[in-house]
Amino acid sequence: MADEKSTPVEDRVLMKGNEVLAEAAMRAGCRYFFGYPITPQTELAAYMAKKLPKIGGTFLQAESEIAAINMVYGAGAAGARAMTSSSSPGVSLKGEGVSYMAGADVPGVIVNVERGGPGLGGIQPSQSDYFQATRAMGHGDFFMPVLAPSTVQEMADLIYLAFDLADEYRTPAMILADGMIGQMMEPVTLPPARDPESLPKKPWATTGTHMEREHNVVNSLYLTPQKLEDTNRERFERYEKIKATQQRQELFMADDADILIVAFGASSRIARTAIRRARDKGIKVGLLRPITLWPFPEDAINQAIDGGCKALMSVELNMGQMVEDVRLAAHGRADVSFYGRTGGVLPTPEEILDQIEALAARIGCAPSAKAGE
Amino acid sequence: MARIIVDEVHCKGCGLCVTACPKGVLALDDENITPKGYHPAKLVEPDGCIGCSSCFLTCPDVAITVVK
Amino acid sequence: MAMEKTLPSYQQDRIKINDGEKIVSARPHALSDKVFNFCPGCTHGIVHRLVAEAIDELGIEGETIGISPVGCSVMNYDFFNCDMIEAAHGRAPAVATGVKRVHPDKIVFAYQGDGDLASIGTAETVHAATRGEHITVIFINNAIYGMTGGQMAPTSLPNQVTQTSPYGRDVSKVGFPIRMSELLATLDGPAYIERVACDTTAHIRQAKKAIKKAFENQVNGVGYSFVEVVSTCPTNWGMTPQAAFEWLRENMLPYYPLGVYKDVVADGFDDALGAAAARAADCPIAQQKREA
Repeated sequence: MADEKSTPVEDRVLMKGNEVLAEAAMRAGCRYFFGYPITPQTELAAYMAKKLPKIGGTFLQAESEIAAINMVYGAGAAGARAMTSSSSPGVSLKGEGVSYMAGADVPGVIVNVERGGPGLGGIQPSQSDYFQATRAMGHGDFFMPVLAPSTVQEMADLIYLAFDLADEYRTPAMILADGMIGQMMEPVTLPPARDPESLPKKPWATTGTHMEREHNVVNSLYLTPQKLEDTNRERFERYEKIKATQQRQELFMADDADILIVAFGASSRIARTAIRRARDKGIKVGLLRPITLWPFPEDAINQAIDGGCKALMSVELNMGQMVEDVRLAAHGRADVSFYGRTGGVLPTPEEILDQIEALAARIGCAPSAKAGE
Repeated sequence: MARIIVDEVHCKGCGLCVTACPKGVLALDDENITPKGYHPAKLVEPDGCIGCSSCFLTCPDVAITVVK
Repeated sequence: MAMEKTLPSYQQDRIKINDGEKIVSARPHALSDKVFNFCPGCTHGIVHRLVAEAIDELGIEGETIGISPVGCSVMNYDFFNCDMIEAAHGRAPAVATGVKRVHPDKIVFAYQGDGDLASIGTAETVHAATRGEHITVIFINNAIYGMTGGQMAPTSLPNQVTQTSPYGRDVSKVGFPIRMSELLATLDGPAYIERVACDTTAHIRQAKKAIKKAFENQVNGVGYSFVEVVSTCPTNWGMTPQAAFEWLRENMLPYYPLGVYKDVVADGFDDALGAAAARAADCPIAQQKREA
């Protein structure tokens, strides 16, 4: 009988979101996982612990989140595809290491399966780390690609993409999921498995000089102000390229929409139901679902406004974070409002529908009485 | 005959080699200043050097070469 | 067989060797020409030379990856010619772990001071040690934070005056110094732990042996090796380099006794795993054989 643990996973399967993150990461060529247990992402680590040793990889349970991210930094500096995963309180601890990775241009992937906060918070789904992920994951002047899956399929697709973006732009990259997507099972088509050896070489990595080249130094220390400024400017040129080429979003019922709900991850799934019901009532409402939270899909927002969208409502599992990006993107050209629940409480479709109806009435886009009859 | 050569690029004139020399044949050279502004170490009694490398071992800037 | 010593290429123009002269001692090749940023008389430089000599003598420069700490030796990625990574304060053992797991065939070392290794990075230090990571850790204990201007370190001695213990370290209020070698020697993971000093030529020769052994152990797959070097900080101790050596001998060596704290090879084992198994001989689950 074949060893159950080593049986390859089929390409089309029913799997849990957290496990899909792990399986797709391995298929992306990741062979090094360093992490620390925390709810609600632990299935990811457990899956890695089971599978990675079978394909010549390393799973290591670190003594802390801080150690885990610094192991990712070391493995990334040594040229490998490496990752860590955690949930909100643990991700805070990783901030130091992520900043060093950004400063030293070391690629790596960080998964945050968010739970409610602040502090120890709760263990139910949340999106309250949006600011942390897109603004200030650590000290210093930096950004990183942040990808927000809303389905189990996207857990696979986006972590695969995250590794590619991290390597291409020499940056840490984050998957910002939540406890709902992490814990849910859905059918998923897994991406093809890549041999890590087939990935592009990294001539900057610390792999030993073999006495054939000058030594490589992976470093974020620049005591000469001009040098640090130059380094940061070069990095921000890369950020501009990312902004220009990597904005990703999904539009749903958006073509003729007077109102766009802007929502990502779990909240976008609930919003979608509310939008269908609002459409049934004759309200021209659609969904703009950011897939990249950084870079924020501001081009799509602007195109929607150009196309006649009058109001944007950000629906989030927090007290109002992404709405600031929506407002920045809209730049006063459309009405921007917010609706959110927090603490692990999910809004119902009815709640969101009520908000849509109120907004439609406020901005004069409610369906005429006869249209609905 | 043994002697030492001090690399003035590296010497910071701390004098640890002078203290370490069992023969007392080293001194800081008051009449010379390195590019960094230190008085470098110097073998002042060339005949006394036995090439023991005590100065080399103690030198924190690895500025000394010992030859025989 | 001792190889004939040669000057590093960058010194060949400025160090004139006469015909018939042989080099007895010279700068190791694994050191770059970059002038150390350390204060005059700082013993960091001595230890840097010892590390570089060990790398030279084992012929591993091309296979070595070093991890720089935060502290006075923060810029030693410029001083060694091997590949180097700058770590966050205290995290060098975690970074080294990441590198070593990716490149188990490479030689990975971390170079850390007392604030880095024994205060902010204690968890990383202890856990890399207890995991028995196959890395080499060089620990500089000079009982003070040098880079930030002389604050109390985890290894500052009782009653030692520093910027943040201006009335002397009051152990009744701030507790006691940590003896890291002794602490780590209680763990099963390490293969080799020795405390050495660099105040006399005899001690420096012993330090050299210990550091070389700590690298050799990694080459031979023996396991985690740790060398603590009792060192000085003339600038922040407020003394001449010579007086600092006296102070080290008078105050530090009685508190931090030199010697080998663990050596599994000397104890008759092949590696740290063997020694740990013997220690747990009465524990059935610890004796279970594992499949390769």
